[in-house]
Amino acid sequence: MIPAPFRYLRADSAAHAVDLLGEHGDEAKLLAGGQSLLPVLKLRLADPAVLIDISRVPDLSYIRVDGDEVAIGAATRHRDVVESEELRREVPLLPHVAGYVGDRQIRHRGTLGGSLVHADPAADLPCAVLALGATFVVEGPSGQRRVDAGEFFQGYFQTAVGADEILVEVRVPRTGGAGWAYEKFVRRSNDWAIVAVAAVDGRVALANMGETPLRATATERALAGGASPAEAAASAAEGTSPIEDMHADRAYRAHLARVLTERALVTAAG
Amino acid sequence: MKIGTTVNGAARQDEIEDRLLLVHYLRDRCGLTATNVGCDTTSCGACTVLLDGESVKSCTVLAAQVDGREVTTVEGLSADGADPHPVQAAFRQEHGLQCGFCTPGMVMASVSLLRDNPKPTEQEVREGLEGNFCRCTGYHNIVRAVLAAADGVSS
Amino acid sequence: MSVMGTRVVRVEDPRLLSTGGVYTEDLRDPRLTGALHLGFVRSPLAHARVVSVDAAEALAAPGVVAVLTAADLGLPAAPPMMPNFNPAMTLPALAGDVVRYAGEPVVAVLCEDAYQVEDAVGLVDVEYEPLPFVVDMRAAARDEVLLFPEAGTNTVCTFGAEELDEGLFEGCEVVVTREIENQRVAVASMEGRAGAAVPDDDGRLTLWLSTQAAAMSQGAVAGWLGLGPEQVRVITPDVGGGFGAKIGADPEHVVLAAAARHVGRPVRWTETRSENLVAMCQGRAQVNTVTIGGTRDGKVLAYRLDVLQDAGAYPRFGAFLPALTTMMAAAVYTFPKIETRARSVVTNTTTIGAYRGAGRPEATHAIERGLDLFAAEIGMDPAEVRRRNLIPRFTEPHATSTGGFYDTGDYPEALDRALWASGYDDLRAEQARRRERGDEVQMGIGLCVYVEITGAPLGPEASEVAEIQVHADGTATVLTGTSPHGQGHATAWAMLAHEETGIPIEKITVEHGDTDRIPDGTGTFGSRSLQQGGVAVQQASIELVELARQRAAQLLEADPSDIVLDKDRAALQVKGSPTSAVTFAQLAEKEPLGVKTKFVAPGPTFPFGAHVAVVDVDTRTGKARLRRLIAVDDAGTVLNPLLCEGQRHGGFAQGAAQALMEEVRWDADGNPETSTFASYPFLSATEVPSFELVEMATPTTYNSLGAKGIGEAGTIGSTPAVHNAVVDAVAHLGVRHIDMPTTPQRVWTAIQEAAR
Repeated sequence: MIPAPFRYLRADSAAHAVDLLGEHGDEAKLLAGGQSLLPVLKLRLADPAVLIDISRVPDLSYIRVDGDEVAIGAATRHRDVVESEELRREVPLLPHVAGYVGDRQIRHRGTLGGSLVHADPAADLPCAVLALGATFVVEGPSGQRRVDAGEFFQGYFQTAVGADEILVEVRVPRTGGAGWAYEKFVRRSNDWAIVAVAAVDGRVALANMGETPLRATATERALAGGASPAEAAASAAEGTSPIEDMHADRAYRAHLARVLTERALVTAAG
Repeated sequence: MKIGTTVNGAARQDEIEDRLLLVHYLRDRCGLTATNVGCDTTSCGACTVLLDGESVKSCTVLAAQVDGREVTTVEGLSADGADPHPVQAAFRQEHGLQCGFCTPGMVMASVSLLRDNPKPTEQEVREGLEGNFCRCTGYHNIVRAVLAAADGVSS
Repeated sequence: MSVMGTRVVRVEDPRLLSTGGVYTEDLRDPRLTGALHLGFVRSPLAHARVVSVDAAEALAAPGVVAVLTAADLGLPAAPPMMPNFNPAMTLPALAGDVVRYAGEPVVAVLCEDAYQVEDAVGLVDVEYEPLPFVVDMRAAARDEVLLFPEAGTNTVCTFGAEELDEGLFEGCEVVVTREIENQRVAVASMEGRAGAAVPDDDGRLTLWLSTQAAAMSQGAVAGWLGLGPEQVRVITPDVGGGFGAKIGADPEHVVLAAAARHVGRPVRWTETRSENLVAMCQGRAQVNTVTIGGTRDGKVLAYRLDVLQDAGAYPRFGAFLPALTTMMAAAVYTFPKIETRARSVVTNTTTIGAYRGAGRPEATHAIERGLDLFAAEIGMDPAEVRRRNLIPRFTEPHATSTGGFYDTGDYPEALDRALWASGYDDLRAEQARRRERGDEVQMGIGLCVYVEITGAPLGPEASEVAEIQVHADGTATVLTGTSPHGQGHATAWAMLAHEETGIPIEKITVEHGDTDRIPDGTGTFGSRSLQQGGVAVQQASIELVELARQRAAQLLEADPSDIVLDKDRAALQVKGSPTSAVTFAQLAEKEPLGVKTKFVAPGPTFPFGAHVAVVDVDTRTGKARLRRLIAVDDAGTVLNPLLCEGQRHGGFAQGAAQALMEEVRWDADGNPETSTFASYPFLSATEVPSFELVEMATPTTYNSLGAKGIGEAGTIGSTPAVHNAVVDAVAHLGVRHIDMPTTPQRVWTAIQEAAR
């Protein structure tokens, strides 16, 4: 299968990408690694008239420690996240989770920002950055603004990034030696999660338990109150509204969320 | 649009349609038909080639995106028809292929895997090839071939 | 030194590993220069009336040459392929007034460029009026929604008993009964379907097809077009897997041929994976009601198998599968009474065809799962129950009450070897410890003892042709009626020819799959190739040596009985006088040297074996993981262990995948849910272990090689073994059965329900 026709444009900076977005409006889509977008285009679930390639913008691909945070350029590839010594030291959850994205070939092309902006609720990285409490730096015609992780994911495949904006950086707090874990439940290793749980430093996020990745707030409260992993995990599915599909119905997903949360918390507690 | 690439060591210039996928560029423009398309969803890995030395799925890369870059297909693995690459030799020796359709992609994925991890365990080989489907071999001999190639490469 | 039974590496591989195979889409034949590209508008609905087709916008699009409907091509519907099928259930090449499954081809679009086809297909406006639909075979059997109202029923055909014997289970101390689903799976060969057609100047048609049997495709396409078979030449390029689904003619093949004739230009077609997963024939799709009665000490006295077969929307080979399932119902056991009954029904789903095993895996699965239910009911170890009912070793053919005629077999030995190799007692001990400890991860052990039928003829006789020609340069060509697509015939047939003639393997080329070159070949399916096609090559080689002996005798002025073969030199020489010799090449230089022959087998053969599967099941999530698979697969004498093992490995994975994950599904609205490789759970390398193979070889007496078929056995044995292992892992929690695929949710649900 092949995409419907489009015009391919290459941006050489974030500002250039914003200009091109302004010029082409809703007709345009940003292309980074393309590992989510190109399959969508091939299946003709979308047919933008213009693709703006940002994968070669040099100042969008970097990983650097910046105060209490690690700043990661949005077009940094999964592979580079996985192999980053800084991240393994400062935010070990993130490179670990990036290693679950797709397969090796996909990790050679796909980018952190691309995965986050695609905002598939079943994806690995949105869940991880939510647990980490990341901050998103978004650039538009009127300059840059920052969005908290809690506001970034707005719905099924929807984020706070406007049609005329581009995600340029993700800032993740340095968690250092805090306990962390990622529990992903799949039938095949390279599938999207049926349910996944990321836990770090007392924060817990769930993948595929609603239209966006969700914080397990009741669990987090229980943990803060001194509950054991099993006790805290009992409320992991509270407030969630998972889909039903051929892999799992609602009750089973809720059950998985509890089991995986308990396992993640036990691992994180080390 | 115009692109310049290096494919299996040879530089070339092509005028292409913007939406042309890398796999079709290789097959239809470069005449390199070993690389196959096995699915529509970046799942099966039959179209795996090396882009600047790393494995990618060429059905999910635009030809426009490889402008100025280097692509290697299975046809370019063993230079000038010389001795087969150790991975090619091992696939034959261990009977790691049957119908051959997934094979070029499987070989390229294996080459990339061994570059990053020259001494993988069986589990690492299996995980490293999770993006490449085969219906014939049950993966048994593919895994053996990659492990054998690793032994050969390092000895 | 003999090459028989040795691990000769494949002669096919250097090409496949370097320049790649030449599959249909790779063809750069000059006859295909300027070929148009064919695409199909397919029904998005399970069942609907086609109200109108508006092609105006598509015809105005760049590169579009033609938009063709059933009426434009004037193709008739194909009559039912078996005489006992309901005659009203005919198969259209393109849907006419009604579409009967989502994915059915409705309109053909021809474009100059492959990229234009998908654009144009999207521009054809077909108006549909939805009809009530039925995708579940049990519902279809109630005849409330009819696919062919003129047939008055959804039943295609029936097999076996008309009236059930009410007294079948009299005298049984224990009777267990269960409905067991053998779910529909996708064939999913890595290469989908593809073809290319060229209308020749002389009115003939040349058709390249990704097929397992060129002559059968030739006959089917020609028949559908209303031509004589000689009017169509089928050529088989490299084929990227078939597994039973690339036999005969699909509607798309016929449209391809008809479209090329219609426009008078070459046309090529390659389906996408999304099309492949809705429109290529699929496999299995049975619901089997199994009833087993016997004594409390483990002796089965009576067995009933009641089969409901989903044929899909149009009856093809799938509707016939129960004939094989009921025939093999007797399995490896001495059950005194067996009763079978079967019914095939149409549903608004993709058509069912042959898939690796085709009817036999279903028979094995039904009885092997059923025996575990019986064992659980009487509290006996499943291995012991099997032992008490196995047919003892036999060397003279064994006739079963269901129509099987087993050539040779030693089922108790196969089971013993598998159990021994698995360390069965240790496994049971480990299982007991885990159960006692109440581990989260429990283990299950599953068994299967099977016999299957291979080399069964589709026509009047089980036969295959072969020809061998020697050339003046010392090379030889073998022409075979078989049609390899991964099996390694180029290597295996060269081994056989070398063994008889001494001509080096690397000098022997094997050709196949061209109906002009090999007009009377049959093909590769039903695990028939070595035992018929290979034997034919051996026979041709022997005949060639005999012919060469006669000619050498004349030339060397000796008595033919004094001429001996010197394999080291590929030469014939006068006995005791090595200087008085002539090579095959020298003989071929004088006059063409070749023979053509046909081997007719006395009948099909019955390979058998035993599998032991070990799984881990996470009882909190329900997820099962295959840890070990230990397999005895006795297919008689093995020609090349490397190839034989490869066939087994692939079969194990496919069989295990059915037990654990694979299933073709539709949602409540009749939409396919598994139409891509992202949604259809095709197994990857991470979900299976390396397999443990145990050797056993009981030759058949039906051919000179002693070989039976091995292509499908691995699949047949592994599905029940893995399935039984998953259920066994949670049996102590009160679970008796979980339908396939044993998905995590199903396993978890079964545990919850048993605890209630």
